[in-house]
Amino acid sequence: MFRFNIISQNLNIEFLKFKFFALLFSLILIIITFSSLFFNGLNLGIDFKGGILVEFRSIENKVVNISDFRKDAKSLDLGEVSVQEFGKNTDVLLRVQKQEGGNKEQVEALNKLKNFFKDEYTIRRTEFVGPVVGEELKEAGITAVLLSLFLILIYIWFRFEWQFSIAAIFALSHDVLTTIGLFSLLNLEFNLAIVAALLTTAGYSINDTVVVFDRVRENLRRYKSQQNIVIYNRSINETLSRTVITSLTTLLALFVIYFFGGAVLKDFALAMIWGVVIGTYSSIFIAVSSLTFFKIYKGSEDKEKSKSVLEHEL
Amino acid sequence: MYFSKLNSLLIIFVSVIAVLYALPNAVTKFNFNEISTYLPGKKVNLGLDLKGGSYILLQAEMKTSEIEFIDNTANSIRNDLRKEKIRYKGLNSNNGKITFRIRKKELLDRTKNLLEKYQVNFDISYIEDRFILDFSENGRKYLYASTLKKALEIVRRRIDESGTKEPLIQSQGLDRILVQLPGVDDPDRIKRLLGKTAKLSFRFTHPRIETNELTNSSPVPPGYILMNSENDKDVYYLIQKRVMISGEELIDANPGFDQDGNPAVMFALSTLGGKKFGRITGKNIGKPFAIVLDNKVISAPVIQGQIFSNGQITGNFSVQESRDLALVLRAGALPVPLTILEERSVGPGLGKDSIEAGKFASIIAIVVVMIFMLVYYGIYGLFANVSLIMNMIFLISVLTIIQATLTLPGIAGIVLTIGMAVDANVLIFERIREENLLRKNILESIDQGFKRAVSTIVDANLTTFIAAFALFIFGSGPIKGFSVTLMIGLITSMFTAIIITKYQIITYAKRQTRNI
Repeated sequence: MFRFNIISQNLNIEFLKFKFFALLFSLILIIITFSSLFFNGLNLGIDFKGGILVEFRSIENKVVNISDFRKDAKSLDLGEVSVQEFGKNTDVLLRVQKQEGGNKEQVEALNKLKNFFKDEYTIRRTEFVGPVVGEELKEAGITAVLLSLFLILIYIWFRFEWQFSIAAIFALSHDVLTTIGLFSLLNLEFNLAIVAALLTTAGYSINDTVVVFDRVRENLRRYKSQQNIVIYNRSINETLSRTVITSLTTLLALFVIYFFGGAVLKDFALAMIWGVVIGTYSSIFIAVSSLTFFKIYKGSEDKEKSKSVLEHEL
Repeated sequence: MYFSKLNSLLIIFVSVIAVLYALPNAVTKFNFNEISTYLPGKKVNLGLDLKGGSYILLQAEMKTSEIEFIDNTANSIRNDLRKEKIRYKGLNSNNGKITFRIRKKELLDRTKNLLEKYQVNFDISYIEDRFILDFSENGRKYLYASTLKKALEIVRRRIDESGTKEPLIQSQGLDRILVQLPGVDDPDRIKRLLGKTAKLSFRFTHPRIETNELTNSSPVPPGYILMNSENDKDVYYLIQKRVMISGEELIDANPGFDQDGNPAVMFALSTLGGKKFGRITGKNIGKPFAIVLDNKVISAPVIQGQIFSNGQITGNFSVQESRDLALVLRAGALPVPLTILEERSVGPGLGKDSIEAGKFASIIAIVVVMIFMLVYYGIYGLFANVSLIMNMIFLISVLTIIQATLTLPGIAGIVLTIGMAVDANVLIFERIREENLLRKNILESIDQGFKRAVSTIVDANLTTFIAAFALFIFGSGPIKGFSVTLMIGLITSMFTAIIITKYQIITYAKRQTRNI
């Protein structure tokens, strides 16, 4: 009935044979993440650190000489400045660190910048985040990530068994941590949009995990005489074509954002691309692998009863 | 399994409504309201990052008003005690507390009675013959609320008078004001207008000490304050603490020019204030009279003759400055100074570019995903594609109906929804395919496939929804916009997959089986 069948229905890859390789691989990713966080730190954007960000475009679309621009910006004595080309060679993104003193000093620095560059550049965007708000946004970001992980934990616990919810959170934390690690390693700016990407990654990854878990639960009830490990493998294989197709279409959309969505969304799309890839991987290799470490009962041996439960649930 | 006539009609009805609401976003040539006022004409509400504009978060420095309030209360207690002829010592206010002792213990009860009216705002205690009035949590809350309300009113008046269109001004928390100015890409003028508290006063300078002898370390005689000049950091004045006329007496202010043609501000005083002004100026001809704004001296012109209600403020103004000063004086003084906590401004150019990029990315994403689905699933892919388009229409119409704000990350949310929306369809198709391997009857396979896929779809989407909801609660501005589109996208994609896709497949399958 369907035209194509890239992934055969009768596929039977023993994914869980690779579980120790997978866990080792993930362990290495986590170690890289933590060592990068330790040595490189995280390049926090002004959303969290406080500071000033200005996007300039040169008047008459002249190509900007970035190093000259940097020299000019440094001559204003505003402390640490970072200058980068942004999307086009006529656009510059300037970041200035939080100024000594209170809010007043920050506003003065912003005015100084505007006045200095206003003859040669138009200002496309300015952002100024005071130290107080930066601290608050940081707190809100951390709370949002932790709260959503917690709520997901509760939901999975409620809908499945506690073992499933532990395994899911294990996989999710892995995804969130390694995405943070990627940003630390590549020294990309970590800002509010990236927190949004983290949470969306978490949402996508849990979506994937739930689909596999759903099948595991169903098969546990259906094939009572089989070993759990066989059932896990079977469930992964049965949902594999869906997993791959959904990941593909989502990745297609994300690559479109990455290449055509404009400079502002580039890092966001990158975080999501990584998130979808790692999320798909972790659903299979981390979430289901983690299940094998728990003892999961198949429930009552009474076939008639379990059948009616199955009917009822579905 | 089967759709009744009623169900089919309902689906068509909902779809038509969605199309009608989504349409004004696509057609920009004319307004649908011109055809009929019953047709929806609203568009999606664009965020400041897309239409350009400024977002300014202000902090009201409440400490100032707290200290002022406690000082005033201390003064009023002092007056009360004097009136009642209760002798006291050491009455002062410090760190949010007012303390004093009374000389005669016999007057204790009378003093207690007298203090009763301050209980609303203060916790009153009497320890070791000392009265302590501690500013209470309630008093603070009440003071903050009323101060913020007043400040909000003044901010609104100043922004309205500056000619800014459709400003959004709201309080946030106990001591913050959020100002959103669509279309304003350079908020400097607004920031200048809000940066002034605009407390105006007329006071005398020291009669003997000349201004040009003063530095910032000059000795200050009692009853006087050393104040900076507004225009020149190195110029100081010795100004009497006593305010002769305060800005509260002002009823109007307008920009104008003085007799030499320099920009000035013309002001008018209330009748009472005018009389007072006339008396003071009449008695002090030839003396310099300082005009003080926010503890800085604008100028100290010598009184030439008696002035009543109408006067002028001269200084070293530009035309714009005189205009702005007149505006803030007219709008009234802020009860507390405001400082800027956060500012985000996007120029109209960037906003337009972002919309263009967003539109382009959405179209490309839709086309790419549709081609993929068509190639992979054939006729069923076509059904999924119809659902995908309907999903987009539903998403846009819901955004329009609830007038949610679409931001740049929100557009990313839409594009992401395009990618993820087919997921529910894929789940259903794969399940049908599996079921079809077990049974030969296609209609039965479809029925079972749907039934089983739906529980998975709901579980999977609800968990994603939880993450999006956490973003909505804790995110701000553009991020909130992202979570809104994501949440709506999840709901509409569930709806379209479960209802619209099912409708198409069943209609198709029935026709197929009938043909055989």
